[in-house]
Amino acid sequence: MRKELVKFAVVMLWAFGLLFPMLGAQIGFETFTFEWSRLVRVMGFVAVAYGALAAQRAVSAHRKRGHRDPGPGLAERVPPLWGWGILAAVALAFPWFADNYARDVAINVLIYVALGLGLNIVVGLAGLLDLGYIAFYAVGAYTYALLNTHFGVPFWLALPIGCVISAGAGAFIGYPTLKMRGDYLAIVTLGFGEIIRIVLNNWDRVTEGPNGILGIKAPGLYYPKLTEAGLTLGHVYLKNLTCLYYIALVIAVVTIIGVYRLDHSRVGRAWVSIREDETAAELTGIDTLRMKLLAYMLGAIFAGLAGAFYAAKVRYVNPSSFVFLESALVLCIVVLGGMGSIPGIILAAAAIIVLPEVFRDLELYRMLAFGGAMTLMMVYRPEGLIPARRRRLELHAREAFAEEEGNA
Amino acid sequence: METFLQQMVNGLTLGAVYALIALGYTMVYGIIQLINFAHGEIFAAGGYIGVITLSFLQSRGVLEAHPTLGLVLAFALAMVYCAFLAVALERMAYRPLRDASRLSLLLSALGMSIFFSNGMMLCQGVYDKAYPIQLYSTGQFTVGGAVVSYIQVYIFVGALILMIGLNLFVNRTRLGKAMRATAQDKVMSALLGINANRTITITFVIGSVLAAAAGVMVGLYYGSVRFDMGFIPGIKAFAAAVLGGIGNLTGAVLGGMIIGMVEVFAAGYLASEYKDVFAFIILILVLYFRPTGIMGEQVDDTRV
Repeated sequence: MRKELVKFAVVMLWAFGLLFPMLGAQIGFETFTFEWSRLVRVMGFVAVAYGALAAQRAVSAHRKRGHRDPGPGLAERVPPLWGWGILAAVALAFPWFADNYARDVAINVLIYVALGLGLNIVVGLAGLLDLGYIAFYAVGAYTYALLNTHFGVPFWLALPIGCVISAGAGAFIGYPTLKMRGDYLAIVTLGFGEIIRIVLNNWDRVTEGPNGILGIKAPGLYYPKLTEAGLTLGHVYLKNLTCLYYIALVIAVVTIIGVYRLDHSRVGRAWVSIREDETAAELTGIDTLRMKLLAYMLGAIFAGLAGAFYAAKVRYVNPSSFVFLESALVLCIVVLGGMGSIPGIILAAAAIIVLPEVFRDLELYRMLAFGGAMTLMMVYRPEGLIPARRRRLELHAREAFAEEEGNA
Repeated sequence: METFLQQMVNGLTLGAVYALIALGYTMVYGIIQLINFAHGEIFAAGGYIGVITLSFLQSRGVLEAHPTLGLVLAFALAMVYCAFLAVALERMAYRPLRDASRLSLLLSALGMSIFFSNGMMLCQGVYDKAYPIQLYSTGQFTVGGAVVSYIQVYIFVGALILMIGLNLFVNRTRLGKAMRATAQDKVMSALLGINANRTITITFVIGSVLAAAAGVMVGLYYGSVRFDMGFIPGIKAFAAAVLGGIGNLTGAVLGGMIIGMVEVFAAGYLASEYKDVFAFIILILVLYFRPTGIMGEQVDDTRV
């Protein structure tokens, strides 16, 4: 106990030393004041947080012997078909019971579900860290924006074109870096994300720079129409949020099914084996470079899909929607939800988009909380909120085996 | 010719700063194979502590009387602060993950990077904090038509002193030897009685001390600091470390200088709005054609 108290004191002193100049000092123009109240509040928070973590550690140490693994997640307690059925029913019925604001938020959730699942292929399945993921979202969005405003290309035609161009960008950036070890990829993609943003900002002739591109058309619905000139195509633009919601839902569902099928395919198993041990994967005959490139390009395709839809929904794109923080946000969704876990990512996307809407006053603390949560998750629960079964076994197999041996 | 010389001077100054940051990346990567994303934020924190110290002294009227003392204090406090920050960072986010996968460690580092930069934003606001540089930026002289300010001289000499100090530390002291040993083979050095955890902490501390000094230098050079100032220089410094050959100290300095030069010349002669792009292009080209970097071959030699 005494040791614990000493440790607590050291931690508090340390935190005080770090927080006191940063929080206390108020610098104005040639003025300097010191503010204690904020410092005291934050120190109180640190004390409580430390206490909670210490208690958690004590409890888990106490239960160590009887403790197997975090137990089946919510996803496995609910029979899967039932769970998906209820989710589908809710998703289908949602716009009829919601106002426009809620529909708008729901569309954002669906976009981030698609983005999160797309990034999940790269990070969760293949184990490659991509920090410039939002760049492919930008490629998709700008592809549709430019094709539509300059050449009048309709949404449904631009969608596959956007995907192809995103995949091309993925191949271009992925090929040189994927030959390296995984962690170079992180920094190169970070750089690539910035390059895309800088180019969008400065290539005025094409992208209109920071002003962005206006006047993008919404997705259209086409039907045959009989006029004097004969049979032609009439169309209406689907601007209202209910229609857009259903399009977003289709995109999200396509992504969910696509990622599920990929995960349970030969390719998915190849990715997992690369993630676990690249050398071993190579030795078992997997063409690792090709598989990694495939993961990277598929991730880019889903981002391009979401991006083109985003441009069609907002009908306006500008570079400030594609900053690094957006990449970090999508990565947070994957990490918090559980790498490789589809229900986890859906839940995390909903939480990360909806919570800041509910707690508007805490908007400023959003990224602070997400950043902290990312590290905490890695340290305390790397498998995420709803762990993928395979992942959970990997991370806790040793404990499970140790316990079985103990029982025998 | 004059602009060329001028760009050269500016490039050397900027390169010295990148080199200091790159050293921290390369040392940490050399010892635990981690891209320490939070390194850029430590650099920014150093810049903030510098401006806080200087404005405190200014408000008490001490700075006008003893500008040099103020500068020394700003550097010293920033370095001490960042040393403590680095220890906290390593304890909280990296040590518990020593046996975890590389991906977990990278994500943890990224989380800390986001956490720190937003923490600084919440503490000190989103706007630039101005350094009281009017006290320092008065002096300058000309060499062959190029204007060299005293600040640039201070930065370059300061960086040089720190690099020589680092070199002596790594090659001449027992702790430096322990660092080299741990970087080469963690298990073997542990068997020989080197405390790996302590050595790793010391590596973090030294890298952060250098980054803190770079932060104050940048504050003095550009006249202000911002909460997100660590992001772009962080990536560029990492590019410098890769260019020089990751894990190699001389390489990091060389890489930093090259990246600084390229950036300044590209901004001067090609297109200034794209100046941030060139470092990334170099990074990608290096990975294409020479992934081991310039000094990559003699990795065993000065690897830390």
